[in-house]
Amino acid sequence: MQGRSESIFRGGLNLAAAAMVVLLLAVFVTLLVNSLPSMKEMGWRFLYGRTWDPVSGTFGALPFLLGTLLTSFLALLISLPFSLSIAIFLGEYLKGGFISSLLRNAIELLAGIPSVIYGFWGLFVLVPLIRGLEMKLGVTPYGVGIFAASVILSIMVIPFSASLAREVISLVPADLKEAAYSLGATRLEVVWKVVLPYARSGIFAGILLALGRALGETMAVTMVIGNANFLPKSIFSPSNTMASVIANEFTEATETLYLSSLVEIGLLLLVVTTIVNIIGKYIIRKQTVEV
Amino acid sequence: MESPVLRIENFNAHFGDNQILKDISLSFPRNKVIAIMGPSGCGKTTLVRCINRMHELTAGARASGRIYLDDENLYSMNPIVVRRKIGMVFQKPNPFPTMSIYDNTVAGYKLNGIRMGRGELDRIVEESLKKSALWEEVNGSLHRKGTFLSGGQQQRLCIARALAMNPEILLLDEPTSALDPKATSHIEELIGELKDTVTIILVTHNIAQAARVSDYTAFLFLGELIEYGPTDKLFTVPEDKRTEEYLTGKFG
Amino acid sequence: MSQVGVTGRVIKDYSFRGVIIVLCLLSILPLLLILIYIVKQGISSVNWGFLTRLPRPVGEAGGGISNALIGSILLIVIACLCSVPVGIFAGVYLSEYRRGRLAYLVRLSVEVLQGTPSIVIGIIAYLWIVIRVGSFSAFSGGIALGIMMLPVIVKTTEETLRLIPHHLKEASLALGVPYYKTILKVIVPAGLSGIITGILISVARIAGETAPLLFTAFGSPFMNFNVFKPINSLPLLIFNYATSPYAEWHSLAWGASFVLVVFVLALNLFARMVARRWKVQF
Repeated sequence: MQGRSESIFRGGLNLAAAAMVVLLLAVFVTLLVNSLPSMKEMGWRFLYGRTWDPVSGTFGALPFLLGTLLTSFLALLISLPFSLSIAIFLGEYLKGGFISSLLRNAIELLAGIPSVIYGFWGLFVLVPLIRGLEMKLGVTPYGVGIFAASVILSIMVIPFSASLAREVISLVPADLKEAAYSLGATRLEVVWKVVLPYARSGIFAGILLALGRALGETMAVTMVIGNANFLPKSIFSPSNTMASVIANEFTEATETLYLSSLVEIGLLLLVVTTIVNIIGKYIIRKQTVEV
Repeated sequence: MESPVLRIENFNAHFGDNQILKDISLSFPRNKVIAIMGPSGCGKTTLVRCINRMHELTAGARASGRIYLDDENLYSMNPIVVRRKIGMVFQKPNPFPTMSIYDNTVAGYKLNGIRMGRGELDRIVEESLKKSALWEEVNGSLHRKGTFLSGGQQQRLCIARALAMNPEILLLDEPTSALDPKATSHIEELIGELKDTVTIILVTHNIAQAARVSDYTAFLFLGELIEYGPTDKLFTVPEDKRTEEYLTGKFG
Repeated sequence: MSQVGVTGRVIKDYSFRGVIIVLCLLSILPLLLILIYIVKQGISSVNWGFLTRLPRPVGEAGGGISNALIGSILLIVIACLCSVPVGIFAGVYLSEYRRGRLAYLVRLSVEVLQGTPSIVIGIIAYLWIVIRVGSFSAFSGGIALGIMMLPVIVKTTEETLRLIPHHLKEASLALGVPYYKTILKVIVPAGLSGIITGILISVARIAGETAPLLFTAFGSPFMNFNVFKPINSLPLLIFNYATSPYAEWHSLAWGASFVLVVFVLALNLFARMVARRWKVQF
């Protein structure tokens, strides 16, 4: 009798575990199957087609690929000095204490704010500012566009790269740093020439994870990117990312090819995000094993 | 020896490809304290874990041979029944952190879903805590969590927990190695008192403790039973040269 | 080495430290700006009426967010019901079976699921449920949110249970308690604070999610308790109102943002308190 409860329990554990794997497989299969109509119709043209016109039935995803790439990389670029500073400050200069935990909590709070609220704030505060900037620069003052989305995105990804980089930096062995100090190096030199190179791969993993986050971010981007389906001409152009075009158009996609194209974009997004995340996690795992 | 309470016959134990116990045969007399001693890695912990069938819970562990409790072969019984008849106390005191002292003492019943009246449980708690010489100290605070006690008290709580199941045999795996000298002597005193009600098998790497506390001693080395006999005899005129070398500190 | 050279390096050192500190402060500037802005814009809208009234059509004064509040709560409940049991069991599995093919695959699946963009999960819930059933529903939204909760619950459960010392399990087994009862009555209770923290954190995360609800729960101007009909939620309301052209709706959205931020922050704080207070000592 005991044996039966025992096997039911173990069976339940195995079932739950298998369910996780099945869930993931089902996700990929569903996306694949539902992308097939679009894949069959357009093949590889989908990836380099410049026109996205549901009315005429042309679905080229290049504008969104570019939009995604531009916003994500620009966001990473903008956020890098900030995340690195936080990481160096918390991992090297001020590891403990009140100010340190205050800063750490503030960064965690940044990560906890819902994306739609970032978008809301971006729309009402950031976009007018950017509009003003654009007028000064003599560019069409849309306000919304790739630049706005990149700025919002950069704020949102700071916590991700910062916390990982901080951990890696704080784990740099003390004796390495002491060796450098004993040779007469200043703090800056130790950080720049010993700590950062040692923590290099961990920092890179943090950047990858931040990239993964940026790629998949939807709401804030949707609200400030301007919802335009043509190729962006500059960083001030309105545009769309893979995520935002899905958000904007999915409910209007009534016919099969349209829906299938959007699903295919979703599949593409998932594949790219997964690869970036897996590489990032792989680097982290190698790092922890080595350390 | 009149009818031994536990008989081990031709017992072998493995971990993967390593053989830990080699053809052990041993008889334990009733209501006595038997010490099992030997250098690290000799297999003494594995031996007692085979007695209450905990050894087989580790992946890659195998055992063969027979162990008889009175006249029943432990290896043909349900291991859960075996573990209820044989109690075990571990090296590091491990009271359940989410339970009170009261609940810890009768944990064997509660966790197994054995229902008892409140009066019956009270009686068992008092009896077990008295047997393990802890009653006086915790009587007023039975509802407090077990982890608030000192190391020595926690260990006595674990002993009470094991005794509450009324086992025939109590296995003590280096019960005092994590305790300070004062707590250690308390436990050793306790062992002397307990043997009237239960047979005690004590694993220890402390030779002096084995000499102080036990009636019989078994000396294990590299998985083999080297010598076994009444303690005073084994310690004064050991038969095997290796026993003598161990006792005089030449190794271990 | 000349004195000038050393002084130059020292100056660089101090300026570096200064730059770092300035950049750190600038990083939390957006946080302060956003929070202050939300409080300023939103707090005037929030009153009891705001929380208990339904949204009004444009032009009519005095709307509320009651349906969004109820909707958010309902969605959270559905998500928890779907994800908590499976998540905890999978987490227990991973903590008990450290090695092996299935364990490796489960860990991989959890990692990939965690990194999946929320809008993709919305697509999945749409394709699995909304199309089959024929309408948007709270149920599909709850499923989408539940899928997002799963990875965090599995991971925190596994990590919490891993930290429980091995000898606790041994003590229970040595008393003759069968394996499954040992897990259910000793190990999981000992790790309860960590597990609950994981649940609270994932709830805080999905409470603010909009993307997966865009085409599952879809939103609604009405109060709705039927899980098979469309339902509103706080983030959805904020999105719809913020992107509308009406000023009254904008202020409603600010009020809703205030409520949402307070809710999410409170949950996070609560989760951290649970982790600290309720932690079981070994």
